[in-house]
Amino acid sequence: MTEPLIELRNVSKHFAGVKALTDVSIAVHPGEVVCLLGDNGAGKSTLIKILSGFHPPSSGSIYLDGQETRFADPRDARSRGIATVHQEVGTIPLMSVGRNFFLGAELKKGRPPFRWLDTERCNSIALEQIRKFGITRVRDGDQLVGTLSGGERQVIAIGRAMYFGAKVLILDEPTSALGVKEASTVLRFINHAKNQGVGVVFITHNAHHAMSAGDYFVVLIQGQVAARFRRGEKSSVEVLSLMAGGEQIEDVAGEFAHLGKNDAAARPATQG
Amino acid sequence: MASVVDSAAQGVHDTSARGRWSLKGMARRPEFGAVVATVLVYLFFAVTTQGAGFVSIDGTAGWLDTAAELGIIAIPVGILMIAGEFDLSVGSIVGASAVFLAIGTTVFNVPFWLMIAIVLLGGACVGLINGIITVRTGLPSFIVTLAASFCVSGGATGLARLLTNTTNISVNPPPDVHLLFGSAWGQANVSILWWIAVTAAAGLVLSRTAFGNWIYATGGDPVAARGAGVPTNLVKVVLFIATGVAAAFVGVIQGVEYHSGNATAGLGYVFQSIIVAVVGGVLLGGGYGSAFGVFLGTMIYGIINVGIFYTGWSTDWVQLFLGVLLLCAVLANSYFRRFAMSAR
Repeated sequence: MTEPLIELRNVSKHFAGVKALTDVSIAVHPGEVVCLLGDNGAGKSTLIKILSGFHPPSSGSIYLDGQETRFADPRDARSRGIATVHQEVGTIPLMSVGRNFFLGAELKKGRPPFRWLDTERCNSIALEQIRKFGITRVRDGDQLVGTLSGGERQVIAIGRAMYFGAKVLILDEPTSALGVKEASTVLRFINHAKNQGVGVVFITHNAHHAMSAGDYFVVLIQGQVAARFRRGEKSSVEVLSLMAGGEQIEDVAGEFAHLGKNDAAARPATQG
Repeated sequence: MASVVDSAAQGVHDTSARGRWSLKGMARRPEFGAVVATVLVYLFFAVTTQGAGFVSIDGTAGWLDTAAELGIIAIPVGILMIAGEFDLSVGSIVGASAVFLAIGTTVFNVPFWLMIAIVLLGGACVGLINGIITVRTGLPSFIVTLAASFCVSGGATGLARLLTNTTNISVNPPPDVHLLFGSAWGQANVSILWWIAVTAAAGLVLSRTAFGNWIYATGGDPVAARGAGVPTNLVKVVLFIATGVAAAFVGVIQGVEYHSGNATAGLGYVFQSIIVAVVGGVLLGGGYGSAFGVFLGTMIYGIINVGIFYTGWSTDWVQLFLGVLLLCAVLANSYFRRFAMSAR
């Protein structure tokens, strides 16, 4: 096994006495998709925030390329190749594709103090990259991002991070606001990123999305690692029940069946 | 819905195929509505004032004069709105700047150029304070700058009365100052040139610099902008300073032009600058707009004001005209926003 790109060892985090994470270890290898699963409040977002430099861990350590390290802030983490793409906030709809792609890293031309934006180069590189991501219906870098679909916008946000040298991609529920077809666009792109040797941390609520993209799965329950397994070691029903915090999904299904029966019983009465 | 959307996407393809000047490409520009409105409003008054002199050189100079000083303020106010913030303190800064210019030069004999520099610095300070309070507290700039407006206005009036026992003080500018800020060719004031210069500079910043990109991003989605490494707070503070300086600059122009400083002059600019920015295609919520659009919005304002005068109607109608125009502009802008956001 190759050396992990980033690794957390025995990390705990508490806020004002409240434990958010307890003794969590997680490693992300190049070309591997690590799925982070868990219900709301399980500690997923705290874990992402530690990985992306928002919070320092209360105890435990972070290893980047095998070296123990600390992130000063998110900018520091980003400059060292840890990119985070959040649901819905990757791109700005009323700005053009070219302007979005190079936001914060604009290409310039001319001599100081007159450093003008090199719009043509921004647009042509953005278009070229976006084509590589598999979005072919954009033909003009001046096109507003708002005219693209949610999946395409998410792909641009992820691809943009890769173009600027991300080694680890943290994808915070990138598919949860999307339709089935849109989500598959994003999942396909996650696979592409993985094949490029990027390490991916993929957070999702959707067991199917997790099963189709993930290589390695970590389930968090109440701030602790409740289970970890490789692809193929568990069925999607088992994963789903783990994600629901260990509650047996079959029980819920049973309750539904029961409700259905009551409904059926009630119907003739209301009609009559 | 889907077919509308497809045709919208198709329109974009056509743009690139047929070059930059296709109709659909133009319609995507933020100032498109303002161009149409300017032409319509101008034609309306050109026809209804037949022979009354609205289209003459003097008439044209008249509406350009009316627009110019408002325009110098409206450009930075509009850009600040693109970045997602309001500045309601501009009106007070205009009045206070004119008054302090008058007090400094007439009562205390401060050299004119030095006093101009002090007044501009004062405008910058008000902007800086507005900006810092807004970004630090996260309060709406609407309320922060409204408070600043009252502080500046009240402070300036009080101080003027304390120092000179009046709030209307005469200004006697030397010839070089008068040439730059108060001269006129026929009916056309030098402020028209300043207005064009400010618009050109703002247009370059917005469309051709990285900072311009940051302004759109800050107003479009501050979270995404910060995520991409844009210093959104810095962007806002810089723009607040720009509106403060622009307002102080207009205060200087007014002091020199009218040879007097009046603390209550300029209060009308507060809403006028927001109105012309919106009429010029700036979204109230931020993230979209252009300097040229605000320029056109200001032109429309001038045309209506002066045009009504030439028709011989009561100038009471100006407000009605502006109100209707503002409503149309807001509706058109919000339609465009939906169009751009929903098109998939």
